[in-house]
Amino acid sequence: MADEKNGAGAPKPPAPAPSAATPAPASKPAPVPTPVANAPAAAAPKAAAPAKPAAPAKAPVPAPVDAMGEPLVAALAAAVPGAVVSAKKMVGQTTVEVAADKLVEACRHLRDAETFTFLVDLTAVDWKARDPRFDVVYWLHSFDRGNERVRLKVGVKDGEACPTVSGVWETANWMEREVFDLFGIAFEGHPDLRRILTWDGFQGHPLRKDFPVEGIDTGAAIYPDRYPEGGGPGPGDKNRKTVS
Amino acid sequence: MSEIVGTVGAVEDSGDTMLGLREMELNFGPQHPSTHGVLRIVLKVDGERIVSARPDIGYLHRGTEKLFETETYPMVIPHTDRLDYVAAATNNHAYVLVVEKLLGLEIPKRAQYIRVVLDEMQRVSSHLLWLATAAIDLGAITPFFYTFREREVILDLFEDYCGARLTLNCMRVGGLQEELTPGWIEKLRAFTEDLGSKIDEYEDLLTENRIWKERTIGVGILNTERCIAWGVTGPPLRAAGFKWDVRRAIPYECYPELDFEIPVGKNADTYDRYLVRIAELRQSRRILLQCCDWLTANPTGEIRGKVPRVIKPPVGDAYASVESPKGELGFYLVSSGGNKPYRLRVRPPSFINLQALPEMARGHMVSDLVAIIGTIDIVLGEVDR
Repeated sequence: MADEKNGAGAPKPPAPAPSAATPAPASKPAPVPTPVANAPAAAAPKAAAPAKPAAPAKAPVPAPVDAMGEPLVAALAAAVPGAVVSAKKMVGQTTVEVAADKLVEACRHLRDAETFTFLVDLTAVDWKARDPRFDVVYWLHSFDRGNERVRLKVGVKDGEACPTVSGVWETANWMEREVFDLFGIAFEGHPDLRRILTWDGFQGHPLRKDFPVEGIDTGAAIYPDRYPEGGGPGPGDKNRKTVS
Repeated sequence: MSEIVGTVGAVEDSGDTMLGLREMELNFGPQHPSTHGVLRIVLKVDGERIVSARPDIGYLHRGTEKLFETETYPMVIPHTDRLDYVAAATNNHAYVLVVEKLLGLEIPKRAQYIRVVLDEMQRVSSHLLWLATAAIDLGAITPFFYTFREREVILDLFEDYCGARLTLNCMRVGGLQEELTPGWIEKLRAFTEDLGSKIDEYEDLLTENRIWKERTIGVGILNTERCIAWGVTGPPLRAAGFKWDVRRAIPYECYPELDFEIPVGKNADTYDRYLVRIAELRQSRRILLQCCDWLTANPTGEIRGKVPRVIKPPVGDAYASVESPKGELGFYLVSSGGNKPYRLRVRPPSFINLQALPEMARGHMVSDLVAIIGTIDIVLGEVDR
């Protein structure tokens, strides 16, 4: 990807004004401003505004633009009907939101037909108040398409399972275990879904936003007068801190 | 992490094992000098042959990604030092790249060159440390003394530049904090010119060494296809003959202006990974010399771009990666528009490369496992985060 270089080389959808989404970087037919169900896109103009005066005038603030017209996205939508929910592009990186029930099919298509043979990374993001609560994020790489990369996102509700892609890319095995461990998202069909970084018997999922950042008393009972055994600062405890 | 099993315990009576005895389950680590940290491997062995190896990690988990979410953008940088703690500069670099990408910042040329110098020095020092420890694991103590002699010079140069030897905290969003100290480039050039003959010395010790070759050739083979399936990047991927390096594939900073090769191996074994890393030392030396020339010819200039006083990237997400000494090190940043990352994920090459260990170790002797752990070049700070 030529525009994959760094912040400076990124495509420049100039300024977050509503009209700004029009001069899209590459050859894309009629980009629409993105009213994606995602928090980032929705809040974009609001947050960019305060950053503007501090930033130098000539450095445009990157903003997402619609990418439904990209050939890759169009091909995916055609090959796996119902898979693509939305697509947007920001700083030269395409993000495709995929329906959870079509995820494995879409991944297989991308791997076999579009040569995305390398799963770079798999992680999750906790949006706490949003429904579905989590985004599981996949970052794919194709060696044959000139090192092109594409990001997939799947919305997963709290308590629901996400289909595993460890059958598509073996490397997803540990990555999914890590997401399971730290976010508490189960992966349906995973061959070995155990905790990986914390220990078996650990209570809670540390990267959830409602997990206290100073940690929990895991039964060591250092302060038996303050915390029940095996518990930590409870939701009403003033010692409990959360990351927002 | 999994349940604690006894140190040595009989598992099952399969009858047709090598010695006609039972398979044994054996704990390798977490307190074992050759696991390079607190890595525990649960081995199932038939005599001395490995039937299965199951890595058990998490002993050094510090919740770094959780901590990222509580710190402002500049405050995250020192935390990144402590991921791959023998290559702090590349960690800093990958992190500042992703923030700059989301901010759309332009980095001054001089800062780019100094960053590349720091990266490549870090690569040399990391590979030297790898060579020292991997050789000592296999009983060759001498390379340790040779490589630490040179590593010491690099650490002194780091100390001279930023005051720290390991946890450098040397990069800032938008550029660098400090200009080079007077005479620093000359010292670096003297060291770099000398480095070529030093690398020859290491090769004299090992490359044609019969014991070294017998311990490494044909051990821990992982071909290109399997590397890609397991997401393995860095020297193990290149040793399999696949010419792929983030510095060339997804170029960043001033790498496109620099002239260097991507060394590859062909047999995908431990010996080829050794050769690839030695060749990378020579390529890093080449890059360092070119950077010295450029920095001497351009002795002044901005080292920090126009950075907002409070760093608040726009709402959105971005991923940026560098070629760290271990492989592709990436950061995935999700910003909600505040002054702290909403989510900052590290793509740790050590963690992902380690996943291929069971496949590489299967069928080998327990003593080969030591060579295989060494050849993946893991740092537990990055595996466990």
